[in-house]
Amino acid sequence: MAVDTTLIDKAAVLEAMPEHPALQALLALPHDALANHALLNHALLDARFDRGELTLTVAPERIREAAAAVQAAGFNFLEDLTAVDWLPSEPRFQVSYHILSHAMKDYIRLRVMLSGDEATLASITSVWPGANYYEREVFDLFGIRFEGHPNLRRILMPDEWVGHPLRKDYPVEGYR
Amino acid sequence: MTETIGTPILEAPLAEGAKDQHMVLNMGPQHPSTHGVLRLVLEIDGEIIVRLYPEIGYLHTGVEKTCEAKFYQQVVPLTDRLDYLSPMANNLCYCLAVEKLLALEIPEKAQWIRVMLTELTRLNSHLVWLGTHAMDIGALTVFLYTFREREDILRIFEAVSGQRMMTSYFRVGGLAMEPPLDLFDRIQAFIKTFPEKIDEYSNLLTGNPIFINRLRGVGYLSATDAIALGVTGPPLRASGVDFDLRRDRPYSSYEKFQFKVPTSTVGDTWARYLVRLEEMRESVKIIQQALDGMPEGPIKADAPKIVLPDREKMKTQMEALIHHFKIVTEGFNVPAGEVYQSIESPRGQMGYYVVSDGTAKPYRVHMRNPSFATLQALETMCQGRLLADVVAVIGSIDIVLGEIDR
Repeated sequence: MAVDTTLIDKAAVLEAMPEHPALQALLALPHDALANHALLNHALLDARFDRGELTLTVAPERIREAAAAVQAAGFNFLEDLTAVDWLPSEPRFQVSYHILSHAMKDYIRLRVMLSGDEATLASITSVWPGANYYEREVFDLFGIRFEGHPNLRRILMPDEWVGHPLRKDYPVEGYR
Repeated sequence: MTETIGTPILEAPLAEGAKDQHMVLNMGPQHPSTHGVLRLVLEIDGEIIVRLYPEIGYLHTGVEKTCEAKFYQQVVPLTDRLDYLSPMANNLCYCLAVEKLLALEIPEKAQWIRVMLTELTRLNSHLVWLGTHAMDIGALTVFLYTFREREDILRIFEAVSGQRMMTSYFRVGGLAMEPPLDLFDRIQAFIKTFPEKIDEYSNLLTGNPIFINRLRGVGYLSATDAIALGVTGPPLRASGVDFDLRRDRPYSSYEKFQFKVPTSTVGDTWARYLVRLEEMRESVKIIQQALDGMPEGPIKADAPKIVLPDREKMKTQMEALIHHFKIVTEGFNVPAGEVYQSIESPRGQMGYYVVSDGTAKPYRVHMRNPSFATLQALETMCQGRLLADVVAVIGSIDIVLGEIDR
């Protein structure tokens, strides 16, 4: 796929790269019987191909499954995990997972949108133990909690710190 | 909004039923062999490591938050303060990320100079690693040798950018200024003698029985563990995973250079030492190729609204003066979007995740540092080993706390 191509939605991406292993892995996930909304009926909510990077938006409650599925599909290396605060839009938080495949020499980005100030998300430390520090960092700086994390403590800020510095409602400078 | 999860580290981590025999020992943050301000909490049974917890954050300065309040071009000097031993690699990674957002084409000469200087940075970083690693083991002499050569590299950096360490020489759209006329000759002179110097270090260490005994079989990391824990760079390659972004996902013209990627399947501290030593020899080859085939042409992209004009133009042309004024006071707008750009830094895969909302300031900049992930593997490497081995293992993973804490 050429770098200057932009595919803006799931249908376009599915049409252009139906063979992509990560896409196939996510589509093969079982449907969620409990979800009553049509959009939530599947793990893969949206897809986008922009500037040579494939972004797959995953339903928040299915991130652990999705991570395990792309891992099994060959994207074996979790390189980065971080968040973006989109205040004041809703859903507020975006969590981005950058995953590398050593065999295919390619990246994908899994993206999860979380609403509310007190967002929680399933931890993927059971899939990649290396997510440990990254999830602690996101918890520390954004206040997103990860369920199932073995040791969810602050990592960069002092333990007794109040607030989460990388949120957009946290000031860049202190009072003068 | 008070968030306190867990308890202070010194009370928590003792294993079940082991409280009576085990001792908790604090190492750092002011310990000479922790390479910065790393604090380790060690649970030991006699002299055997049972558990090990790195406590980090002593150098946390909130660089990612600061970036959000700066113009895109003002972020460049922040990046080289993260990994202060390889400033050019940080500059390069950030510039590539923003250039990807802007879809900016960089002239070939600028790309080649970037490759050449990034490889010099790799030598610089590996020299510091080798000197301090050997010093931790007790071989003090090597430090004096490696810093002698490092001084030459720093002088080259000073000639190029005016700064020895915080170079900020790579800018969005190219390079800050034309390199000095004698730069290539100076680098050539350095490269000519450097392979002999590597032999010299090797003579001092590779056959040294004390050094071998302290390193061989220590700090074993399997390929599976390395991948699971996010370890990259020389430690990953020393564990048998043959992956190097310079070769496998080339950026900045690396596809035009021929070099080998040294690997080892042993996975211990000794293997990491050999892999890095070999990497230095390969870097020399890359620099030699860059010197031999250096293309002619401009060093800045033709994008007057993004790249600062040359001083001469700025003083003689009205247009250039206006562009200069606008870039400095208002910055340049970057199209909305998100990119993740990764490069092979001396320590492993470094990635910059830049999110733009269409304004002149980045909405979010995240740095993926190799050291941060590699530090996670420290416990795996040290468990069940002697206390004295911790020092050897920390030296071999070559972490820089500046980039871990950000």
